[in-house]
Amino acid sequence: MTGPGPILTLRDLAITFDTPDGDVEAVTGVDLDVFANENVAVVGESGSGKSQIMMAAMGLLAVNGRATGSVRYRGTELLGMAPRALNRIRGAKIAMIFQEPMTSLDPLYPIGRQIAEPLMVHSRLSPRAARKRVLELLDLVQLPDAARRLGAYPHELSGGQRQRVMIAMALANEPDILIADEPTTALDVTIQAEILALLARLKARLGMAILFITHDLKIVEAIADRVVVMRAGAVVEAGPTQRIFASPRADYTRMLLAAEPTGTKAPPPAEAETLLTARDVGVTYRSGGGLLGRSAHTIEAVKSVDLDLKRGQTLGIVGESGSGKSTLGRALVGLGHADGAIRFRGATINALSPRALRPFRRDLQMVFQDPYGSLSPRMTVGEIVTEGLLVHERGLSARERGRRADEALAEVGLEARIKNRFPHEFSGGQRQRIAIARALILKPEIIVLDEPTSALDSSVQKQIIALLRAVQAEHQLAYVFISHDLAVVRALADTVMVMKAGEVVEAGPTEAIYGAPKTAYTRRLIAAAFDLGSVLTGAAEPA
Amino acid sequence: MLRYAVRRLLGAIPTLFVIITLAFFLMRVAPGGPFDQERTLEPTVMANLNKAFHLDRPLYEQYAVYLGNLLRGDLGPSFVYRDFSVGELLGAGLPISMLLGACALLLALLVGGTLGIIAALKQNSTVDYLVIAVATFGITVPNFVVAPVLSLVFGVWLGILPAGGWEGAHPAYMLLPVITLALPQIAIVARLIRGAMLEALRSDHVRTARAYGLPARLVVIVHSLRGAALPVISYLGPAAAALLTGSVVVETIFGIPGIGRYFVQGALNRDYTLVMGTVVIVAVFVVLFNLAVDLLYAAIDPRVRYD
Repeated sequence: MTGPGPILTLRDLAITFDTPDGDVEAVTGVDLDVFANENVAVVGESGSGKSQIMMAAMGLLAVNGRATGSVRYRGTELLGMAPRALNRIRGAKIAMIFQEPMTSLDPLYPIGRQIAEPLMVHSRLSPRAARKRVLELLDLVQLPDAARRLGAYPHELSGGQRQRVMIAMALANEPDILIADEPTTALDVTIQAEILALLARLKARLGMAILFITHDLKIVEAIADRVVVMRAGAVVEAGPTQRIFASPRADYTRMLLAAEPTGTKAPPPAEAETLLTARDVGVTYRSGGGLLGRSAHTIEAVKSVDLDLKRGQTLGIVGESGSGKSTLGRALVGLGHADGAIRFRGATINALSPRALRPFRRDLQMVFQDPYGSLSPRMTVGEIVTEGLLVHERGLSARERGRRADEALAEVGLEARIKNRFPHEFSGGQRQRIAIARALILKPEIIVLDEPTSALDSSVQKQIIALLRAVQAEHQLAYVFISHDLAVVRALADTVMVMKAGEVVEAGPTEAIYGAPKTAYTRRLIAAAFDLGSVLTGAAEPA
Repeated sequence: MLRYAVRRLLGAIPTLFVIITLAFFLMRVAPGGPFDQERTLEPTVMANLNKAFHLDRPLYEQYAVYLGNLLRGDLGPSFVYRDFSVGELLGAGLPISMLLGACALLLALLVGGTLGIIAALKQNSTVDYLVIAVATFGITVPNFVVAPVLSLVFGVWLGILPAGGWEGAHPAYMLLPVITLALPQIAIVARLIRGAMLEALRSDHVRTARAYGLPARLVVIVHSLRGAALPVISYLGPAAAALLTGSVVVETIFGIPGIGRYFVQGALNRDYTLVMGTVVIVAVFVVLFNLAVDLLYAAIDPRVRYD
């Protein structure tokens, strides 16, 4: 079907954005070849320009973006091509799938119509023939009950199903190249494994090249033939996957490879006191039930959970999205209503009034997932960090509060002079340090960490984990560490709770859970997290 | 959907009741009465007039009588336009006001919508700046300036259209009033559509549509405009209610027998029943158009569900 030459070539590709602060060079001098049937991964952290090179190739840069150099598809230059001519290639010869399948599909149209559109435009199919082909495609991507789902809207599907719809749309015109831009980042690990397996199977069956853009080295190792590592808009290293993983040449690649969390936590001393106990904790939400008598229904987000937390202990809570792990974490620090009994320092804190609960709050702190959303954009770092002192240590003078802020910031590795700056001036990792300083300044006993590293690049994640370990050892803190990332939890937790649909399916010492999982659900989670390669090879074999 | 509409309409009854009650009593708090004139009437004449129109009864009794009549669809007699009932006055004027308002609304959607879409597609171009300038002009120049200027230019100087008056629903008599009514709406619609389109064009699913090589027509109309129409639709509810019930300024300057002028005349003359009549009409329109907006929302956006 193709000659020996590459089907897509990027030469000296540069991208510049025209911003109010002048031109910003996002990408410089990128060379890249994609051969037929090949699986190439472009790897890099946020801001490396890995997505932008493909946006430029497809003529999808933001209006203030300019691309120079050359992007050739089978010898045809794509840069500067007239939109009409480019439209004959986009969606027909080169198709793309994106990170967020919810927003990437039009919320206002049924999925059947959205998959049919490129078919009717490129292959000139009649609506009838397009419908038939859409059904075939949905079967191909294994969307269950496809015929009934043709009229479904994107919001009526799950994340994994939506990504299957996107893939069906991409395959509609049998493209030569599928560009997949972080296609599984927004999905749970088990769903991620299913989607990756599907892509591998389809690639083998349809014979197309896949250009996979990702930050996740585990995926790269499992699926890619060749890897291109990007940093700050330039290629730092490129080569066959095995060679890159076995003997990386660039320091940056070595750093990325070493960024996976390692080690295990030393257990707390046996005589450590129990700080918090939870018995039969449940959280129920009611929805509906308006003024005009709509039927209300209740959702049990957390069902009958028991747990004990000792001083110095880290309890990891893992599970897929919707498993209730965050809801449980919030309940443990007294955020939101909970049934059952959560006992802390002799009081049943979930039965206390907000006022009575207040003195306990200083010892029960929380750090959230998104450091962009959890810091007030209108407060200075100093105000953010010291705000808790205004409530819990009212007697302190402003000077004393300032000194405490300096200490807390120093502890998380930030300089005291940043106190008068605002959150938007900091990177994600720095912001998460600020959020941790805000919790530490009150000298709490327990910190609930809700996915504290999930929004961060893996190299930054490693630093935050090191920080959390150091702070815990210093103050004998107890952590509740909530994460969907089983590797991080293994490195940090003494005991692990696995949650599914609001219930604890398994709990015990970390090594026991990871070494000998008892339930199929836990086994699936662990396989998807640590052994993606064999999950995929197993799945790629004909069923 | 039908059940929802019925429920909303039933829910509107207490709202209308509160509006009517407030308007009724507030109107009576205002000093003066319908029969006060520059030359004071003889006390006996005044007493007879008050008796004839039941104004001598206690206020709560008048209120009860008014509500009772209203339930039968009777808006009562006008106190100032003798020999006419409020129903007759509004019945004669409302179709004219509604016709002008509907034309203005249509014009605003067509012209404002087109301008807004073009401006969004050519963001930061000369066309875009021109549309913004026109929109700002349309919003800032009041209709009591636009109406006489249009009348002067086209009616008097150029002499191609009547300067005013009304000889039935003839396009010549409608053109200038409709333009006057539409101008600020064109401006607002253009701005709303421009903003919503800009956001829509930057959205992920429009990027998808472009990445799949869909022609510009599909990208703009099918995948951007439908979502971008939502903010305009929510603006249109109250705006339509206001436009369709007539404009005092436009109807006065062009001499149009609509109902817009009754709002001011009725209030100034203390024509209690006429004021109440206009209040009821506006309230009903607002309720109906807000319901229409909500139903339209659900029709456009499948994520909105009422049941």
